[in-house]
Amino acid sequence: MLSADLGIILPEIILAIYAMVALLGAVYTVKDGAASLLVWATSGLFLALAVWIGLTGAGTNIAFNGMFVDDGFARFAKIVILVSAAAVLLMSEAYMTRRGLLRFEYPLLIALAVVGMMMMVSAGDLMALYMGLELQSLALYVVASLRRDSLKSTEAGLKYFVLGALSSGLLLYGASLVYGYSGTTLFSGIIQTAVHGDLSLGLLFGLVFLISGLAFKVSAVPFHMWTPDVYEGSPTPVTAFFATAPKVAAMALFARVMHDAFGAAVSDWSQVIALLSVLSMFLGAIAAIGQTDIKRLMAFSSIAHMGYALMGLAAGTAFGVQAMLIYMAIYVTMNVGTFAFILSMHRDGQPVSNIASLNMYSKREPGKALAMLVLLFSLAGVPPLVGFFGKLYVLRAAYDAGLAWLAIAGVIASVIGAFYYLRIVFYMYFGEERDDALDSSASPVLWGMLMASALIMVVGVVNLFGIEGAAAAAAATLVN
Amino acid sequence: MDNLLSIVTFLPALAAVILLVFLRGDDEAANRNAKWLSLIATSATFLISLFILAQFDPQNTGFQMVEQGEWLLGLQYKMGVDGISVLFVMLTTFMMPLVIAASWDVNTRVKEYMIAFLILETLMLGVFMALDLVLFYLFFEAGLIPMFLIIGIWGGKNRIYASFKFFLYTFLGSVLMLVAMVGMFSDAGTTDIEQLLVHQFGSETFSVLGVQIVGGLQTLLFLAFFASFAVKMPMWPVHTWLPDAHVQAPTAGSVVLAAILLKMGGYGFLRFSLPMFPVGADVLTPLVLWMSAIAIVYTSLVALVQEDMKKLIAYSSVAHMGYVTMGIFAANQQGVDGAIFQMISHGFISGALFLCVGVIYDRMHTRDIDAYGGLVNRMPAYALIFMLFTMANVGLPGTSGFVGEFLTLMGIFQVNTWVAAVATSGVILSAAYALWLYRRVVMGDLIKESLKTITDMSRRERAIFAPLVIATILFGVYPAPILDTIGPSVEALVTNYQTAVAAADTATQFAVNH
Repeated sequence: MLSADLGIILPEIILAIYAMVALLGAVYTVKDGAASLLVWATSGLFLALAVWIGLTGAGTNIAFNGMFVDDGFARFAKIVILVSAAAVLLMSEAYMTRRGLLRFEYPLLIALAVVGMMMMVSAGDLMALYMGLELQSLALYVVASLRRDSLKSTEAGLKYFVLGALSSGLLLYGASLVYGYSGTTLFSGIIQTAVHGDLSLGLLFGLVFLISGLAFKVSAVPFHMWTPDVYEGSPTPVTAFFATAPKVAAMALFARVMHDAFGAAVSDWSQVIALLSVLSMFLGAIAAIGQTDIKRLMAFSSIAHMGYALMGLAAGTAFGVQAMLIYMAIYVTMNVGTFAFILSMHRDGQPVSNIASLNMYSKREPGKALAMLVLLFSLAGVPPLVGFFGKLYVLRAAYDAGLAWLAIAGVIASVIGAFYYLRIVFYMYFGEERDDALDSSASPVLWGMLMASALIMVVGVVNLFGIEGAAAAAAATLVN
Repeated sequence: MDNLLSIVTFLPALAAVILLVFLRGDDEAANRNAKWLSLIATSATFLISLFILAQFDPQNTGFQMVEQGEWLLGLQYKMGVDGISVLFVMLTTFMMPLVIAASWDVNTRVKEYMIAFLILETLMLGVFMALDLVLFYLFFEAGLIPMFLIIGIWGGKNRIYASFKFFLYTFLGSVLMLVAMVGMFSDAGTTDIEQLLVHQFGSETFSVLGVQIVGGLQTLLFLAFFASFAVKMPMWPVHTWLPDAHVQAPTAGSVVLAAILLKMGGYGFLRFSLPMFPVGADVLTPLVLWMSAIAIVYTSLVALVQEDMKKLIAYSSVAHMGYVTMGIFAANQQGVDGAIFQMISHGFISGALFLCVGVIYDRMHTRDIDAYGGLVNRMPAYALIFMLFTMANVGLPGTSGFVGEFLTLMGIFQVNTWVAAVATSGVILSAAYALWLYRRVVMGDLIKESLKTITDMSRRERAIFAPLVIATILFGVYPAPILDTIGPSVEALVTNYQTAVAAADTATQFAVNH
């Protein structure tokens, strides 16, 4: 029995053991000298695990009496998480080396965070959920303040930690209420207590607290306050990481808790999530207008995008989950490219994140500017780029679920949001020529990621690289 | 050739990719190559599109040369043309080589400029051929990107404001249409336009938030599509983006905008609003008709007081589009025939008028009417051509402008005499502003010092105008080729519309009586 359980959880075990062994090994030997090697090794391991999970995974496997679930949904989320984490890790190497930030702990902390995320998306129990969430969060608190000598970075780390602890508290309180009123922490047990679609008042309170805690992790309004500061303060590669893999993990966890534990009471949580969604879309769109720092802008952009992903979740249907998964996969791809661009913005060796520094960028770097243009229009959701299809899926899901008002609100927010993406295009293409131009050099990895991501946005219109079917299968295992 | 339509649509995009990938450098030679390649690509597109016209059978009112393939989300890649769309395809392929030729003097970022126009051509052609709702939306909306860049990069002084206004205005209009499309997808279970045309959308009155919606779902869907097409058209009072966009866009951008992009709104009304939501359209027809009548008179009056030539022509475009919407919503054979004819002919005429402005703008770098006067003394050929298109714009019999205007007025007269009376007064106003513009720019003595050395049109410029002159006069004297092509399809459209409206009326009567 135990060996079967361990077999199911093998990818997580391998990654965890790798992180610990590498940590010990590096501490006792070359320390930071091995940092570069570890970055490549960790990325390679991520990719290998992604391929392994993608090729060998089949069916729904339950381990440890239901605490750990390995189903199509978890595998889809894990592959997205692993691939995006590998991409971001590779992008960060050159940037961090140049600024003396590349310590050997960095890739290993990321690896541990990824273990936490994989645990989250596979959680079948409130305890497993919390374990995964905290493993991920603790690792992220540390990497946020990686640049110890920078006031902003340490502030970001501390802020993230304090607010994160608060949200974990909310979540735990909700979990305890749920346990108290249902008598179990297993999702499969909780869903039994609401079999007629009626939740007792205590469960309802527990649900609301759980949602609050999860909404913090996906940075949905009104639990978004930490996002802009943390995004701005953290070193840019870390920001890139925050914007990608943890968002997917948190969103997948959100879907899992809602459907696996409270799937019998869709109407109770669907309206709460619809409200979170509409607030996030509008706040993300409106607050980003005034930003001058591209990292802060991307923070608000990610808040808005979480709003759209939540729209799919609010539908409470299998198609809604499918739409959400596709949206997240597209969102992550766009963000990897966008952050590859942001990482390549520097002048005299110093990173620059002021949008105005992009003035007439297209004149000096037509190729990169064009790729960024594609990504920006894709982020804005303008067809024919892939970002539009993400929106189309969630709109369809919301409309089919009778949330037409949410769909209308969403498209109006997307028009407001288009303005700030266009503003970056404006600087790159219509601006005035200035003397303090950005340096043009960029590492081949960044250039490759940027171009690949832009190309995916254009070519993906043909068939979305087949993720539609994969996402549908994944959603079907979660919602039934 | 089974995929003739796809070849025509994507040929310009292919040329754009070739430019993007293979053309290096920013020197004289590279620029010249970019221009020639674009001219050859657009000309080839036009020549190949002649095959479409040759294969097209006007008597067949269904879609022809249909191509179909699976796409994601149950959507389809489906292209086809019918009597309503085929001429818009031809108009697009016909205008684009002229537009490229008119851009020969552009010398900043030529490669990007040509790429933008080539991509734009692909997208415009796609709009007129797409037979899938989402595919249509894709082409319709994607056109904003190149146009935004064209105005923003190569535009005039106030280009930033104009480009943002253009983008956000039209984007806001069309996202509501997107929601409506999602709703139609839900309701009908398909996005295939051919099937949607025969699908009956609900028309029972229901109430939303206590407001009675007569015509039910159809009215709501109609309104959502109307929001998009009315902005694109543009109809009063959502026309304000157009003068800004026109004034700031480079000449070629203005030509494309006036000649082709504005037609998408009218095409959308004919493809979606009338046939798919007849009951909704019927409910809102009085509103649309009066909006059109107001547009005709109001924008003509506004045009009278303009100081800027391009702005004047832009307002005159809005007025002419008023005839188009009026004709479409008259919903009878003459009205719709006239509306399509007016759109095609307005494509030639307004395109030519913007080119006329471009000719003197290239020489003097100003569009102020006051800066000119007496051009006839130094530019006789220009004066002649400008006069022809001014007259065509007024709707002088013998030019194509007359046929469209006359047919739409005839159509509307049978439906609503008052609207017809108001609209007819617009004809007089249009004569006033157009002739006055002509008088101030071309006639009189040449007294301005700066104009004393102005040169007449070059051979290239004459060559650009030649096809437009021929088309304007030919279709003015002999409109049959156009009317015969669109006739049967329009007849089918009108019959279906009238039947659906009559059926809905009977149903309402029935409900009232019982």
